[in-house]
Amino acid sequence: MYVAVKGGERAIDNAHAWLAEERRGDTSVAELSVPQIREQLALAVNRVMTEGSLYDPDLAALAIKQSRGDLIEAIFLIRAYRTTLPRIGHSRPVETETMLCDRRISATFKDVPGGQVLGPTFDYTHRLLDFKLAADGEAMAAQMAAPRLEPTPHVTEFLNKEGLIQTEDRSEDTPPDLTREPMELPANRALRLQALARGDEGFVLSMAYSTQRGYGNSHAFVGELRIGKVAVELDIPELGFAIEIGEVELTECETVNKFAGSKIEPPQFTRGYGLTFGQTERKAISMALVDRALRSKELGVEMSNSPAHDEEFVLYHCDNIQATGFLEHIKLPHYVDFQSEMELVRKMRAEIFAAQHKEAAE
Amino acid sequence: MSDYNFAYLDEQTKRMIRRAILKGIAIPGYQVPFASREMPMPYGWGTGGVQVTAACLTPEDTLKVIDQGADDTTNAVSIRKFFEKTAEIAVTEKTGTATVIQTRHRIPEEPLAEGQILVYQVPIPEPLRFLEPRETETRKMHALEEYGLMHVKLYEDIARHGHIATSYAYPVKVEGRYVMDPSPIPKFDNPKMDMAAIQLFGAGREQRIYAVPPYTKVVSLDFEDHPFDPSKADHPCDLCGAEHTYLDEVIIDDDGGRMFVCSDTDYCAGRQAKGHRGCLSPTEEAAQ
Repeated sequence: MYVAVKGGERAIDNAHAWLAEERRGDTSVAELSVPQIREQLALAVNRVMTEGSLYDPDLAALAIKQSRGDLIEAIFLIRAYRTTLPRIGHSRPVETETMLCDRRISATFKDVPGGQVLGPTFDYTHRLLDFKLAADGEAMAAQMAAPRLEPTPHVTEFLNKEGLIQTEDRSEDTPPDLTREPMELPANRALRLQALARGDEGFVLSMAYSTQRGYGNSHAFVGELRIGKVAVELDIPELGFAIEIGEVELTECETVNKFAGSKIEPPQFTRGYGLTFGQTERKAISMALVDRALRSKELGVEMSNSPAHDEEFVLYHCDNIQATGFLEHIKLPHYVDFQSEMELVRKMRAEIFAAQHKEAAE
Repeated sequence: MSDYNFAYLDEQTKRMIRRAILKGIAIPGYQVPFASREMPMPYGWGTGGVQVTAACLTPEDTLKVIDQGADDTTNAVSIRKFFEKTAEIAVTEKTGTATVIQTRHRIPEEPLAEGQILVYQVPIPEPLRFLEPRETETRKMHALEEYGLMHVKLYEDIARHGHIATSYAYPVKVEGRYVMDPSPIPKFDNPKMDMAAIQLFGAGREQRIYAVPPYTKVVSLDFEDHPFDPSKADHPCDLCGAEHTYLDEVIIDDDGGRMFVCSDTDYCAGRQAKGHRGCLSPTEEAAQ
């Protein structure tokens, strides 16, 4: 005998209890601590902070622990927490020229003032599984050099001295904030950059890759990639000046793209820009390429129907929290709609069979 | 739960949402952009509806939450619990005693009254979306009242299939102006949208709110020679015998045997309590 399905509440409670048990895993294995994740899975923490739009390594590490290592789920936890936080003020724009660089490379010049600094990169590691790490993860302390104390100028500024690269206008306007205002199109560059910074690493990477493979080709050089800490300053109205409230680690990427010139402008280089939290250079480079691709309209160059040139397509689909939510929601009950579809399909089939029957009879 | 504000959202956010709601009520069927927040449940789980409900609730309200017409579906339970926890308001399964009803995919069978608010969860608020994917284009089409594309689509359905091949989220025209997506309710529910209660629609991911004020004309799009047909399964409810309600088809054995039961569980239970019986109702002895 059929009884109407009841017990949704108990099912949910049981599911949550089971989930907690699975998250912990085998209890004979030591539990992972939040500081362990923060220190030893730092690149995952960086991604969660970047796409979660919240600079807090401890909370990001906690989110990774809670989400069992599902980074999109961790990003979601951070976003949901972030949206409840009060806004105390806006920091001043960070000065990346004063960044204490752990890593700083330019692909466009052999050497640059301030030097090329490889830093802690996978770039030239041979991707051989290190079986020793399975038993013993201790590492020798790396050699230290004296830190550079003076500001490190941006590589693109050198090109600027010759007028070879398009100057970016400085603006004192408060940039729009898509976490506080609904996104409206066309978006200005600041809004696009915000969306891309929060955007899914995989999506932005693939969009950038598509421009390299010819879908809206515009060859990009990495003018500069730098990673390091910068000070964050906040204007305090009561004091009348800005004070440093802390520091954040950033990855900044500026790409340089050739521009053949137009009727009103001489040939010069143009830029793409990427800025992300922590060491997240794949994302920062991808972001710079997509930023440049989305500027094709304002620059009046290489217009195409390529996806990466389509602002609406990129901005509406780059957010992985929106995407995964809508994608996964199709596993929720839809039986009412499915019922109405079944009735329609049955009705249309019946009519077709009746017509065929009639035809055959004639 | 003192860590969060009443009904979770902070007052500034609620104010922003209420403004969007008021604008929506002032322009029936118009999609008002609003700065949707990240909620503690995923997009697609009803974040738009939850934000609208949060902005409408007062401590005196009584809330009912349904999904697929039922109060006990998992996500309805989850949303109801969320508001019990964050707003400590009274909840009910009775359509008549609720002041705010949040729904996904159904309109209750019992007619709603003045003073009630029906909040719909909306996945894609744009009725023209599957005809034109660009928001910049569809906003223009609404502004110019350019709905030819939709009529052509409906016409092509009839030409090709003999029917308008839309069975849920069936487009409506509100007060003779805006074409609106009624959310994915079965078209059976469309005629109920001419009602005494306030209807609010929240689309969280798409950042849109729209509304139908009480006693507003809501017309399902059709043609004179192909009038709108709010169809349902041709069967009475096997539990309460109702012939006028929307039915779920439930598979009950391995041979594909099936029965039909009201999708609105509260309505069905109410009828059974009044002594109505369907042909598969438990016998009196079995029920005891």
